Amino acid sequence: MTDSPAAIEFVDVTYRINGNRTLISGLNLSIRRGETLMLLGRSGSGKTTTLKLINRLLAQSEGKVLVDGRSTTEWDVIQLRRHIGYAIQEAGLFPHYNVEDNVALVPRLERWDAARIATRVREVLQLVGLPYDEFASRYPDQLSGGQRQRVGLARALAADPHILLMDEPFGALDPITRAELQHEFMELRKSLSKTVVFVTHDVAEALMLGDRIALMDSGKLKGIFAPAEFLRSTDDSVQPYVNAFRTSQQILDSGA
Amino acid sequence: MSLPDFLVTHKREVLTLTGEHLWLVGVSMLLAIAIGVPLGIFLSRRPAWKSLILGANNIMQTIPSLALFGLLLPVPWIGARADRLAILALTLYALLPVVRNTYTGIAGVDAPVREAALGMGLTPRQLLWQVELPLASNVIVAGIRTATVITVGVATIAAAIGAGGLGEFIFRGLAMVDNNVILAGAIPAALMALSADFVLGLIQRSLVRTHH
Repeated sequence: MTDSPAAIEFVDVTYRINGNRTLISGLNLSIRRGETLMLLGRSGSGKTTTLKLINRLLAQSEGKVLVDGRSTTEWDVIQLRRHIGYAIQEAGLFPHYNVEDNVALVPRLERWDAARIATRVREVLQLVGLPYDEFASRYPDQLSGGQRQRVGLARALAADPHILLMDEPFGALDPITRAELQHEFMELRKSLSKTVVFVTHDVAEALMLGDRIALMDSGKLKGIFAPAEFLRSTDDSVQPYVNAFRTSQQILDSGA
Repeated sequence: MSLPDFLVTHKREVLTLTGEHLWLVGVSMLLAIAIGVPLGIFLSRRPAWKSLILGANNIMQTIPSLALFGLLLPVPWIGARADRLAILALTLYALLPVVRNTYTGIAGVDAPVREAALGMGLTPRQLLWQVELPLASNVIVAGIRTATVITVGVATIAAAIGAGGLGEFIFRGLAMVDNNVILAGAIPAALMALSADFVLGLIQRSLVRTHH
């Protein structure tokens, strides 16, 4: 880890698919160490693409992405990825691995010794609210959607990366489970002090979980706001989100 | 002479021909797996080659086996011995199901699983051995199973070019117009196909079960 103030930095980043269609253009974004930055935008706004440029699942066409002050092109890509936790919407658990083996994935790839892995798996399952004795030997198809997401999160945290990328991790869950996981994530975040980049299209989720919100539209960054600023903003691109949020609040209030 | 009498009096020959048949099928299948699985993996990495390779394999399957034996006759080294020729032809026939199923099995791995694996920092080799091949294994074995059953059947025709095997009885029976002699070749061949199907089916099911 370097002393660079930014954990992740985008410098004039453009990403084109197959060299023509532009998905991200002229992106400049500095993500502070220890903050939770929400990438908010509609489908196709480029938020997932932005996320994948960080762990180099995609490679930018122009510009630089710096992780811990080092360009992702200078990193050994495998080391870069093992250094960054990654949790996605469908969880992407290995169906032929039980919970323990799924969670132990990166520590094993990194050749930790067995005792350390065993301790860490217990610890991190506890952290996401899944008691080891009950869940360790289950397979993904024996878990509920919420439990699978918890395992996905545990797997992302297992090697204790200081950066965590989350791509709509709660997007496919039912509303109650989602609220539960969002709440737990807020608690978790306080105790973990990690840099989190969190993709969402849900404005309420962005306001609730983020230290800052980066609003994206058509491959461009429209602005970065603290949640309170976001709600006060008169920016044209922010307005539709705030209106949608307020409308849902009003419906809730009038119903109560 | 009744069929049981024939089998008893020709016990040695039945065993020899069954052994030859097993050898033809076994060697061809090993070759088909050794070539077909890597080829299927290659296709999953370079899908642009898919139509060419699967197409060529498909055409191969449409060539009548007897004609294929004949067509391979002029090939040097291969054409010099009947068993080499038979093994090459049988391998070519067995290739398609193995290649196709390997490709299909790997392509069938859920995209999020693959994405998570790469995102977690698996190398391409680790992705293949730890994720793709285990998850594709039952589909691959299903392909090997299909290919084996086909090969047991087609291998009876190898006798026509003098490569031996249970087809000897079948052709002899045809020439003698003696159904019992035909059956002396056909029944062991059918039993061989059924047992291969059964054993590979067990393997296939055990692979599916390990995912749970």
